[in-house]
Amino acid sequence: MDSSRTRIVLDDSDIVRAIRRVAHEIVESAKGADDLVLLGIPTRGVALAERIAVAIAEIEGKSVPTGALDITLYRDDLRLRPARALEPTSIPPEGIDDRIVVLVDDVLFSGRTVRAALDALNDIGRPRAVRLAVLVDRGHRELPIRPDFVGKNLPTAVGEQVRVNLREVDGTDSVTINEGASQ
Amino acid sequence: MKHLLSAADLDREQAITILDTAGELAALTDRSVKKLPTLRGRTVVNLFFEDSTRTRISFEVAAKRLSADVINFAAKGSSVSKGESLKDTALTLEAMGADAVVIRHNLSGAPHRLATAGWIGGSVVNAGDGTHEHPTQALLDAFTMRKHLRGGSGDLEGVRVGIVGDVLHSRVARSNVLLLRTLGAHVTLVAPPTLLPLGVETWPCDVSYDIDSVLPRLDAIMMLRVQGERMHDAYFPSALEYSRLYGLDSSRMSKLPDHAVILHPGPMNRGMEISADVADSPRSLMVEQVANGVSVRMAVLYLLLGGMKEND
Repeated sequence: MDSSRTRIVLDDSDIVRAIRRVAHEIVESAKGADDLVLLGIPTRGVALAERIAVAIAEIEGKSVPTGALDITLYRDDLRLRPARALEPTSIPPEGIDDRIVVLVDDVLFSGRTVRAALDALNDIGRPRAVRLAVLVDRGHRELPIRPDFVGKNLPTAVGEQVRVNLREVDGTDSVTINEGASQ
Repeated sequence: MKHLLSAADLDREQAITILDTAGELAALTDRSVKKLPTLRGRTVVNLFFEDSTRTRISFEVAAKRLSADVINFAAKGSSVSKGESLKDTALTLEAMGADAVVIRHNLSGAPHRLATAGWIGGSVVNAGDGTHEHPTQALLDAFTMRKHLRGGSGDLEGVRVGIVGDVLHSRVARSNVLLLRTLGAHVTLVAPPTLLPLGVETWPCDVSYDIDSVLPRLDAIMMLRVQGERMHDAYFPSALEYSRLYGLDSSRMSKLPDHAVILHPGPMNRGMEISADVADSPRSLMVEQVANGVSVRMAVLYLLLGGMKEND
Protein backbone atom coordinates (compact mmCIF):
# COMPACT_ATOMS: atom_id res chain seq x y z
CA MET A 1 0.00 0.00 0.00
CA ASP A 2 1.33 3.46 -0.90
CA SER A 3 1.53 5.17 2.49
CA SER A 4 1.60 8.72 1.08
CA ARG A 5 -1.94 8.22 -0.20
CA THR A 6 -3.20 6.58 2.99
CA ARG A 7 -4.83 8.88 5.49
CA ILE A 8 -5.88 8.07 9.06
CA VAL A 9 -9.52 9.01 9.57
CA LEU A 10 -10.01 7.77 13.13
CA ASP A 11 -7.25 7.06 15.64
CA ASP A 12 -7.51 4.84 18.71
CA SER A 13 -9.07 7.46 21.00
CA ASP A 14 -11.56 8.47 18.26
CA ILE A 15 -12.61 4.82 18.03
CA VAL A 16 -13.05 4.57 21.82
CA ARG A 17 -15.26 7.69 21.81
CA ALA A 18 -17.27 6.51 18.80
CA ILE A 19 -17.96 3.13 20.41
CA ARG A 20 -18.97 4.78 23.69
CA ARG A 21 -21.40 7.10 21.88
CA VAL A 22 -22.87 4.25 19.83
CA ALA A 23 -23.36 2.27 23.07
CA HIS A 24 -25.23 5.22 24.62
CA GLU A 25 -27.43 5.57 21.54
CA ILE A 26 -28.25 1.84 21.50
CA VAL A 27 -29.29 1.89 25.16
CA GLU A 28 -31.28 5.08 24.66
CA SER A 29 -33.20 3.75 21.67
CA ALA A 30 -33.87 0.38 23.35
CA LYS A 31 -34.85 2.13 26.61
CA GLY A 32 -32.37 0.03 28.59
CA ALA A 33 -30.26 -3.05 28.01
CA ASP A 34 -32.73 -5.74 29.02
CA ASP A 35 -33.83 -7.16 25.69
CA LEU A 36 -30.70 -6.44 23.68
CA VAL A 37 -28.60 -9.01 21.81
CA LEU A 38 -25.47 -7.85 19.98
CA LEU A 39 -24.42 -9.92 16.96
CA GLY A 40 -21.14 -9.05 15.28
CA ILE A 41 -20.47 -9.95 11.66
CA PRO A 42 -17.03 -11.63 11.41
CA THR A 43 -14.28 -10.74 11.57
CA ARG A 44 -14.10 -7.19 12.92
CA GLY A 45 -17.79 -6.83 13.66
CA VAL A 46 -17.43 -9.46 16.40
CA ALA A 47 -14.67 -7.51 18.15
CA LEU A 48 -16.72 -4.30 17.83
CA ALA A 49 -19.82 -5.99 19.26
CA GLU A 50 -17.81 -7.14 22.28
CA ARG A 51 -16.49 -3.63 22.85
CA ILE A 52 -19.98 -2.14 22.59
CA ALA A 53 -21.18 -4.76 25.11
CA VAL A 54 -18.45 -3.68 27.54
CA ALA A 55 -19.45 -0.03 27.08
CA ILE A 56 -23.14 -0.85 27.67
CA ALA A 57 -22.22 -2.80 30.81
CA GLU A 58 -20.43 0.32 32.10
CA ILE A 59 -23.43 2.51 31.34
CA GLU A 60 -26.24 0.24 32.52
CA GLY A 61 -24.45 -2.13 34.89
CA LYS A 62 -25.87 -5.11 32.99
CA SER A 63 -24.17 -7.51 30.65
CA VAL A 64 -25.63 -7.86 27.17
CA PRO A 65 -25.62 -11.24 25.36
CA THR A 66 -23.13 -11.00 22.51
CA GLY A 67 -22.44 -13.36 19.64
CA ALA A 68 -21.20 -13.75 16.10
CA LEU A 69 -23.17 -14.23 12.89
CA ASP A 70 -21.30 -15.53 9.86
CA ILE A 71 -23.14 -14.67 6.67
CA THR A 72 -20.92 -16.48 4.14
CA LEU A 73 -23.57 -19.08 3.25
CA TYR A 74 -26.12 -16.32 2.60
CA ARG A 75 -23.98 -14.13 0.35
CA ASP A 76 -25.28 -13.20 -3.09
CA ASP A 77 -21.81 -13.28 -4.68
CA LEU A 78 -20.85 -16.87 -3.75
CA ARG A 79 -20.70 -17.89 -7.37
CA LEU A 80 -18.36 -15.07 -8.32
CA ARG A 81 -15.45 -16.41 -6.26
CA PRO A 82 -14.06 -19.77 -5.17
CA ALA A 83 -15.82 -21.28 -2.14
CA ARG A 84 -14.73 -19.60 1.06
CA ALA A 85 -14.03 -21.11 4.46
CA LEU A 86 -16.67 -20.28 7.05
CA GLU A 87 -16.23 -18.02 10.07
CA PRO A 88 -17.60 -19.00 13.47
CA THR A 89 -21.25 -18.33 14.27
CA SER A 90 -22.25 -18.23 17.92
CA ILE A 91 -25.75 -17.31 18.96
CA PRO A 92 -26.08 -16.53 22.69
CA PRO A 93 -27.99 -19.26 24.58
CA GLU A 94 -30.82 -16.78 25.27
CA GLY A 95 -31.60 -16.89 21.55
CA ILE A 96 -32.92 -13.97 19.51
CA ASP A 97 -36.68 -14.54 19.67
CA ASP A 98 -38.57 -11.41 20.81
CA ARG A 99 -35.33 -9.56 21.48
CA ILE A 100 -33.86 -6.45 19.93
CA VAL A 101 -30.96 -7.68 17.81
CA VAL A 102 -28.26 -5.16 16.99
CA LEU A 103 -26.13 -6.26 14.03
CA VAL A 104 -22.61 -4.87 14.30
CA ASP A 105 -20.18 -4.48 11.42
CA ASP A 106 -17.07 -2.42 10.79
CA VAL A 107 -17.84 -0.76 7.46
CA LEU A 108 -21.20 -0.25 5.74
CA PHE A 109 -20.73 -0.03 1.97
CA SER A 110 -23.05 -1.71 -0.57
CA GLY A 111 -25.40 -3.11 2.09
CA ARG A 112 -25.20 -6.62 0.66
CA THR A 113 -23.57 -8.05 3.78
CA VAL A 114 -26.42 -6.68 5.89
CA ARG A 115 -28.98 -8.11 3.47
CA ALA A 116 -27.34 -11.52 3.90
CA ALA A 117 -27.32 -11.07 7.68
CA LEU A 118 -31.06 -10.32 7.68
CA ASP A 119 -31.66 -13.55 5.74
CA ALA A 120 -29.51 -15.49 8.20
CA LEU A 121 -31.39 -14.03 11.17
CA ASN A 122 -34.64 -15.08 9.59
CA ASP A 123 -33.53 -18.73 9.76
CA ILE A 124 -32.42 -18.49 13.38
CA GLY A 125 -35.43 -16.87 14.98
CA ARG A 126 -37.82 -13.94 15.07
CA PRO A 127 -36.41 -10.86 16.80
CA ARG A 128 -38.75 -8.11 17.97
CA ALA A 129 -36.62 -5.65 16.03
CA VAL A 130 -33.32 -5.63 14.17
CA ARG A 131 -30.99 -2.61 14.31
CA LEU A 132 -27.72 -1.93 12.55
CA ALA A 133 -24.62 -0.42 14.14
CA VAL A 134 -21.46 0.28 12.12
CA LEU A 135 -18.19 1.96 12.93
CA VAL A 136 -17.95 3.60 9.50
CA ASP A 137 -20.63 4.39 6.94
CA ARG A 138 -18.85 5.09 3.68
CA GLY A 139 -21.94 5.40 1.44
CA HIS A 140 -22.53 3.91 -2.03
CA ARG A 141 -25.44 1.69 -1.01
CA GLU A 142 -26.72 -0.80 -3.60
CA LEU A 143 -29.72 -1.87 -1.52
CA PRO A 144 -32.34 0.06 0.47
CA ILE A 145 -30.56 -0.36 3.80
CA ARG A 146 -29.56 2.30 6.31
CA PRO A 147 -27.71 2.11 9.63
CA ASP A 148 -29.32 3.06 12.96
CA PHE A 149 -26.07 3.80 14.80
CA VAL A 150 -22.97 5.15 13.07
CA GLY A 151 -19.52 5.78 14.56
CA LYS A 152 -18.40 7.98 11.68
CA ASN A 153 -19.98 9.05 8.42
CA LEU A 154 -17.21 9.03 5.87
CA PRO A 155 -17.87 10.40 2.38
CA THR A 156 -15.78 8.38 -0.08
CA ALA A 157 -15.31 7.78 -3.77
CA VAL A 158 -16.26 4.27 -4.90
CA GLY A 159 -12.66 3.40 -5.74
CA GLU A 160 -11.24 4.38 -2.37
CA GLN A 161 -10.44 1.70 0.18
CA VAL A 162 -11.56 2.09 3.76
CA ARG A 163 -9.78 -0.11 6.24
CA VAL A 164 -10.69 -0.68 9.88
CA ASN A 165 -7.91 -1.99 12.11
CA LEU A 166 -8.82 -3.30 15.53
CA ARG A 167 -6.49 -4.39 18.32
CA GLU A 168 -8.11 -7.84 18.63
CA VAL A 169 -7.58 -8.64 14.95
CA ASP A 170 -4.88 -6.31 13.61
CA GLY A 171 -2.95 -5.38 16.75
CA THR A 172 -3.76 -1.68 16.40
CA ASP A 173 -6.79 0.62 16.45
CA SER A 174 -7.33 2.88 13.45
CA VAL A 175 -9.53 3.63 10.45
CA THR A 176 -7.68 4.53 7.28
CA ILE A 177 -8.67 5.56 3.79
CA ASN A 178 -6.52 4.83 0.79
CA GLU A 179 -7.23 7.42 -1.88
CA GLY A 180 -4.97 5.95 -4.52
CA ALA A 181 -6.65 2.55 -4.74
CA SER A 182 -7.47 1.68 -8.29
CA GLN A 183 -11.04 0.85 -9.10
CA MET B 1 -10.84 -28.64 -5.70
CA LYS B 2 -13.34 -29.82 -8.30
CA HIS B 3 -13.81 -33.51 -7.44
CA LEU B 4 -13.42 -35.62 -4.32
CA LEU B 5 -12.31 -39.04 -5.56
CA SER B 6 -9.74 -40.15 -3.02
CA ALA B 7 -8.69 -39.22 0.49
CA ALA B 8 -5.24 -38.82 -1.05
CA ASP B 9 -6.53 -35.83 -3.08
CA LEU B 10 -6.61 -33.78 0.10
CA ASP B 11 -3.58 -32.09 1.58
CA ARG B 12 -3.49 -31.24 5.28
CA GLU B 13 -4.82 -27.72 4.78
CA GLN B 14 -7.74 -28.81 2.58
CA ALA B 15 -8.67 -31.60 4.97
CA ILE B 16 -8.70 -29.21 7.92
CA THR B 17 -10.78 -26.70 5.93
CA ILE B 18 -13.38 -29.41 5.29
CA LEU B 19 -13.42 -30.42 8.97
CA ASP B 20 -13.64 -26.79 10.17
CA THR B 21 -16.45 -26.07 7.70
CA ALA B 22 -18.27 -29.19 8.89
CA GLY B 23 -17.84 -27.97 12.46
CA GLU B 24 -19.62 -24.71 11.65
CA LEU B 25 -22.34 -26.49 9.67
CA ALA B 26 -22.98 -28.91 12.55
CA ALA B 27 -24.61 -26.04 14.47
CA LEU B 28 -27.44 -26.17 11.94
CA THR B 29 -28.74 -29.33 13.64
CA ASP B 30 -29.76 -27.30 16.69
CA ARG B 31 -31.69 -24.69 14.72
CA SER B 32 -35.40 -24.70 14.08
CA VAL B 33 -34.90 -23.99 10.36
CA LYS B 34 -32.38 -26.62 9.26
CA LYS B 35 -31.76 -25.13 5.85
CA LEU B 36 -29.29 -22.82 4.14
CA PRO B 37 -29.86 -21.14 0.77
CA THR B 38 -26.29 -21.73 -0.41
CA LEU B 39 -26.81 -24.27 -3.22
CA ARG B 40 -30.21 -23.04 -4.37
CA GLY B 41 -30.72 -23.89 -8.03
CA ARG B 42 -27.95 -26.48 -8.14
CA THR B 43 -28.67 -30.12 -8.87
CA VAL B 44 -27.00 -33.02 -7.10
CA VAL B 45 -27.48 -36.53 -8.47
CA ASN B 46 -27.03 -39.50 -6.16
CA LEU B 47 -25.94 -42.22 -8.56
CA PHE B 48 -25.94 -45.47 -6.61
CA PHE B 49 -24.98 -48.71 -8.34
CA GLU B 50 -24.69 -50.51 -5.03
CA ASP B 51 -26.95 -50.85 -2.03
CA SER B 52 -26.53 -48.20 0.60
CA THR B 53 -28.79 -46.69 3.20
CA ARG B 54 -26.83 -44.37 5.39
CA THR B 55 -24.44 -42.93 2.80
CA ARG B 56 -27.19 -42.20 0.28
CA ILE B 57 -29.54 -40.70 2.85
CA SER B 58 -26.66 -38.77 4.38
CA PHE B 59 -25.76 -37.18 1.03
CA GLU B 60 -29.43 -36.53 0.32
CA VAL B 61 -29.98 -34.76 3.64
CA ALA B 62 -26.72 -32.83 3.22
CA ALA B 63 -27.67 -31.58 -0.26
CA LYS B 64 -31.22 -30.72 0.79
CA ARG B 65 -30.05 -28.74 3.84
CA LEU B 66 -28.01 -26.63 1.42
CA SER B 67 -31.15 -26.15 -0.76
CA ALA B 68 -29.82 -28.13 -3.73
CA ASP B 69 -32.23 -30.15 -5.83
CA VAL B 70 -31.56 -33.85 -5.32
CA ILE B 71 -32.16 -36.63 -7.81
CA ASN B 72 -31.76 -40.17 -6.51
CA PHE B 73 -30.73 -42.63 -9.15
CA ALA B 74 -30.50 -46.25 -8.06
CA ALA B 75 -29.22 -48.75 -10.59
CA LYS B 76 -31.91 -51.21 -9.60
CA GLY B 77 -35.11 -50.29 -11.38
CA SER B 78 -33.33 -48.01 -13.86
CA SER B 79 -32.06 -48.43 -17.43
CA VAL B 80 -28.84 -49.84 -15.95
CA SER B 81 -30.67 -53.08 -15.25
CA LYS B 82 -31.49 -53.09 -18.99
CA GLY B 83 -27.77 -52.97 -19.74
CA GLU B 84 -27.05 -49.25 -20.06
CA SER B 85 -23.36 -48.40 -19.72
CA LEU B 86 -21.89 -45.96 -17.20
CA LYS B 87 -21.09 -43.67 -20.12
CA ASP B 88 -24.64 -43.47 -21.39
CA THR B 89 -25.99 -43.00 -17.87
CA ALA B 90 -23.47 -40.18 -17.38
CA LEU B 91 -24.43 -38.50 -20.67
CA THR B 92 -28.07 -38.63 -19.62
CA LEU B 93 -27.30 -36.99 -16.29
CA GLU B 94 -25.20 -34.33 -18.04
CA ALA B 95 -28.08 -33.58 -20.40
CA MET B 96 -30.31 -33.08 -17.36
CA GLY B 97 -27.88 -30.51 -15.97
CA ALA B 98 -26.33 -32.22 -12.95
CA ASP B 99 -23.92 -29.89 -11.12
CA ALA B 100 -22.55 -32.74 -9.03
CA VAL B 101 -22.72 -36.51 -9.21
CA VAL B 102 -22.32 -38.49 -6.01
CA ILE B 103 -21.42 -41.98 -7.16
CA ARG B 104 -21.34 -45.31 -5.34
CA HIS B 105 -20.19 -48.18 -7.54
CA ASN B 106 -19.26 -51.79 -6.96
CA LEU B 107 -16.22 -51.42 -9.22
CA SER B 108 -13.09 -49.67 -7.98
CA GLY B 109 -12.21 -46.71 -10.17
CA ALA B 110 -15.71 -45.96 -11.51
CA PRO B 111 -15.77 -42.43 -9.94
CA HIS B 112 -12.34 -41.69 -11.43
CA ARG B 113 -13.56 -42.77 -14.87
CA LEU B 114 -16.68 -40.63 -14.50
CA ALA B 115 -14.63 -37.59 -13.46
CA THR B 116 -11.94 -37.83 -16.12
CA ALA B 117 -13.63 -39.30 -19.21
CA GLY B 118 -15.14 -35.96 -20.24
CA TRP B 119 -18.71 -37.26 -20.16
CA ILE B 120 -19.89 -34.75 -17.59
CA GLY B 121 -18.92 -31.21 -16.66
CA GLY B 122 -19.92 -31.23 -13.01
CA SER B 123 -18.15 -32.31 -9.86
CA VAL B 124 -17.82 -35.97 -8.94
CA VAL B 125 -17.88 -37.17 -5.34
CA ASN B 126 -16.79 -40.72 -4.59
CA ALA B 127 -19.32 -42.26 -2.20
CA GLY B 128 -17.55 -45.62 -2.17
CA ASP B 129 -16.10 -47.55 -5.11
CA GLY B 130 -15.57 -51.29 -4.79
CA THR B 131 -12.79 -52.09 -2.35
CA HIS B 132 -10.95 -48.88 -3.23
CA GLU B 133 -11.98 -45.71 -1.38
CA HIS B 134 -14.71 -43.95 0.58
CA PRO B 135 -13.27 -40.50 1.29
CA THR B 136 -16.30 -38.88 2.97
CA GLN B 137 -16.41 -41.76 5.46
CA ALA B 138 -12.77 -41.09 6.32
CA LEU B 139 -13.58 -37.40 6.74
CA LEU B 140 -16.47 -38.07 9.09
CA ASP B 141 -14.34 -40.50 11.10
CA ALA B 142 -11.56 -37.91 11.36
CA PHE B 143 -14.14 -35.26 12.32
CA THR B 144 -15.53 -37.52 15.08
CA MET B 145 -12.07 -38.39 16.43
CA ARG B 146 -10.95 -34.76 16.30
CA LYS B 147 -14.00 -33.67 18.25
CA HIS B 148 -13.43 -36.20 21.05
CA LEU B 149 -9.65 -36.29 21.17
CA ARG B 150 -8.55 -32.83 20.05
CA GLY B 151 -11.40 -30.55 21.09
CA GLY B 152 -12.69 -30.14 17.54
CA SER B 153 -9.89 -28.12 15.98
CA GLY B 154 -6.56 -28.52 14.24
CA ASP B 155 -5.18 -31.83 13.04
CA LEU B 156 -4.74 -35.30 14.61
CA GLU B 157 -0.99 -35.12 15.21
CA GLY B 158 0.09 -37.97 17.50
CA VAL B 159 -3.34 -39.64 17.76
CA ARG B 160 -3.00 -43.45 17.67
CA VAL B 161 -5.75 -45.19 15.75
CA GLY B 162 -6.32 -48.92 15.40
CA ILE B 163 -8.33 -50.18 12.41
CA VAL B 164 -9.42 -53.75 13.04
CA GLY B 165 -10.90 -56.42 10.82
CA ASP B 166 -11.63 -56.95 7.15
CA VAL B 167 -9.08 -54.52 5.68
CA LEU B 168 -8.93 -56.53 2.45
CA HIS B 169 -12.47 -55.62 1.39
CA SER B 170 -12.57 -52.25 3.11
CA ARG B 171 -12.57 -49.00 1.18
CA VAL B 172 -13.12 -47.32 4.54
CA ALA B 173 -9.78 -48.61 5.83
CA ARG B 174 -7.83 -47.41 2.81
CA SER B 175 -9.36 -43.92 2.85
CA ASN B 176 -8.88 -43.68 6.61
CA VAL B 177 -5.21 -44.69 6.47
CA LEU B 178 -4.54 -42.05 3.80
CA LEU B 179 -6.45 -39.22 5.49
CA LEU B 180 -5.30 -40.00 9.04
CA ARG B 181 -1.71 -40.02 7.83
CA THR B 182 -2.23 -36.62 6.18
CA LEU B 183 -3.59 -35.30 9.47
CA GLY B 184 -0.60 -36.62 11.42
CA ALA B 185 -2.21 -39.60 13.16
CA HIS B 186 -0.51 -42.96 13.55
CA VAL B 187 -2.50 -45.92 12.24
CA THR B 188 -2.14 -49.61 13.07
CA LEU B 189 -4.09 -52.09 10.97
CA VAL B 190 -5.08 -55.23 12.86
CA ALA B 191 -6.34 -58.24 10.89
CA PRO B 192 -5.69 -61.88 10.16
CA PRO B 193 -3.18 -62.24 7.29
CA THR B 194 -5.92 -63.49 4.97
CA LEU B 195 -7.87 -60.23 5.36
CA LEU B 196 -4.99 -57.89 4.55
CA PRO B 197 -4.61 -56.67 0.96
CA LEU B 198 -1.58 -57.39 -1.19
CA GLY B 199 1.00 -54.63 -0.79
CA VAL B 200 -0.27 -53.46 2.60
CA GLU B 201 3.38 -53.12 3.69
CA THR B 202 3.64 -50.11 1.37
CA TRP B 203 0.74 -48.32 3.12
CA PRO B 204 1.75 -45.51 5.51
CA CYS B 205 0.83 -47.48 8.65
CA ASP B 206 1.79 -50.39 10.91
CA VAL B 207 0.28 -53.86 10.65
CA SER B 208 -0.39 -56.29 13.48
CA TYR B 209 -2.05 -59.70 13.73
CA ASP B 210 -2.62 -59.42 17.48
CA ILE B 211 -5.37 -57.08 18.70
CA ASP B 212 -4.66 -57.53 22.42
CA SER B 213 -1.11 -56.18 22.20
CA VAL B 214 -2.32 -53.08 20.31
CA LEU B 215 -5.33 -52.11 22.47
CA PRO B 216 -3.54 -50.46 25.45
CA ARG B 217 -1.79 -47.92 23.18
CA LEU B 218 -4.81 -46.67 21.23
CA ASP B 219 -6.69 -43.35 21.39
CA ALA B 220 -9.35 -44.59 18.96
CA ILE B 221 -10.31 -47.98 17.61
CA MET B 222 -12.29 -48.52 14.44
CA MET B 223 -13.99 -51.87 13.99
CA LEU B 224 -14.60 -52.80 10.35
CA ARG B 225 -17.57 -54.79 9.21
CA VAL B 226 -16.89 -58.35 8.07
CA GLN B 227 -18.14 -58.03 4.50
CA GLY B 228 -19.82 -61.36 3.90
CA GLU B 229 -21.20 -60.23 0.54
CA ARG B 230 -17.71 -59.68 -0.87
CA MET B 231 -16.26 -62.91 0.55
CA HIS B 232 -16.19 -65.70 -1.96
CA ASP B 233 -13.39 -67.68 -0.30
CA ALA B 234 -12.78 -69.04 3.18
CA TYR B 235 -10.86 -66.19 4.80
CA PHE B 236 -11.19 -67.54 8.33
CA PRO B 237 -12.27 -70.92 9.71
CA SER B 238 -15.48 -69.83 11.45
CA ALA B 239 -17.39 -66.77 12.57
CA LEU B 240 -16.89 -67.82 16.17
CA GLU B 241 -13.14 -68.03 15.77
CA TYR B 242 -13.03 -64.63 14.09
CA SER B 243 -14.98 -62.95 16.83
CA ARG B 244 -12.84 -64.65 19.53
CA LEU B 245 -9.60 -63.47 17.90
CA TYR B 246 -10.57 -60.08 16.47
CA GLY B 247 -13.96 -59.09 17.86
CA LEU B 248 -14.28 -56.23 20.35
CA ASP B 249 -16.09 -57.38 23.48
CA SER B 250 -16.30 -55.82 26.92
CA SER B 251 -13.17 -57.53 28.26
CA ARG B 252 -11.15 -56.19 25.33
CA MET B 253 -12.79 -52.78 25.71
CA SER B 254 -11.49 -52.66 29.30
CA LYS B 255 -7.91 -52.90 27.95
CA LEU B 256 -8.33 -49.63 26.05
CA PRO B 257 -7.16 -46.44 27.77
CA ASP B 258 -10.03 -44.64 29.54
CA HIS B 259 -10.15 -41.79 27.03
CA ALA B 260 -10.18 -44.04 23.96
CA VAL B 261 -13.24 -43.97 21.70
CA ILE B 262 -14.80 -46.69 19.53
CA LEU B 263 -15.92 -46.16 15.94
CA HIS B 264 -17.63 -48.37 13.38
CA PRO B 265 -18.58 -47.30 9.85
CA GLY B 266 -21.76 -49.36 9.96
CA PRO B 267 -23.75 -51.41 9.33
CA MET B 268 -22.62 -53.47 12.33
CA ASN B 269 -22.64 -57.24 12.63
CA ARG B 270 -23.41 -57.44 16.33
CA GLY B 271 -21.74 -60.48 17.85
CA MET B 272 -19.22 -60.71 15.01
CA GLU B 273 -16.70 -57.83 14.96
CA ILE B 274 -18.34 -56.03 17.87
CA SER B 275 -20.37 -57.34 20.78
CA ALA B 276 -23.76 -55.84 21.55
CA ASP B 277 -22.75 -54.43 24.95
CA VAL B 278 -19.73 -52.66 23.41
CA ALA B 279 -21.85 -51.33 20.54
CA ASP B 280 -24.31 -49.87 23.06
CA SER B 281 -21.68 -48.51 25.46
CA PRO B 282 -21.30 -44.73 25.80
CA ARG B 283 -17.77 -44.97 24.39
CA SER B 284 -19.14 -46.12 21.04
CA LEU B 285 -19.74 -43.21 18.71
CA MET B 286 -21.69 -44.87 15.89
CA VAL B 287 -24.80 -42.70 16.21
CA GLU B 288 -22.70 -39.57 16.39
CA GLN B 289 -20.74 -40.72 13.33
CA VAL B 290 -24.00 -40.74 11.36
CA ALA B 291 -24.86 -37.20 12.47
CA ASN B 292 -21.34 -36.00 11.72
CA GLY B 293 -21.58 -37.63 8.30
CA VAL B 294 -24.28 -35.15 7.30
CA SER B 295 -22.17 -32.16 8.42
CA VAL B 296 -19.05 -33.43 6.64
CA ARG B 297 -20.95 -34.09 3.40
CA MET B 298 -22.52 -30.64 3.56
CA ALA B 299 -19.02 -29.22 3.90
CA VAL B 300 -17.79 -31.21 0.89
CA LEU B 301 -20.77 -30.20 -1.27
CA TYR B 302 -20.44 -26.56 -0.23
CA LEU B 303 -16.70 -26.43 -0.93
CA LEU B 304 -17.10 -28.20 -4.31
CA LEU B 305 -20.25 -26.42 -5.52
CA GLY B 306 -20.66 -23.29 -3.41
CA GLY B 307 -18.21 -21.06 -5.24
CA MET B 308 -17.30 -20.20 -8.76
CA LYS B 309 -17.48 -23.06 -11.23
CA GLU B 310 -14.03 -24.53 -11.70
CA ASN B 311 -12.80 -25.84 -14.98
CA ASP B 312 -10.40 -28.69 -15.18
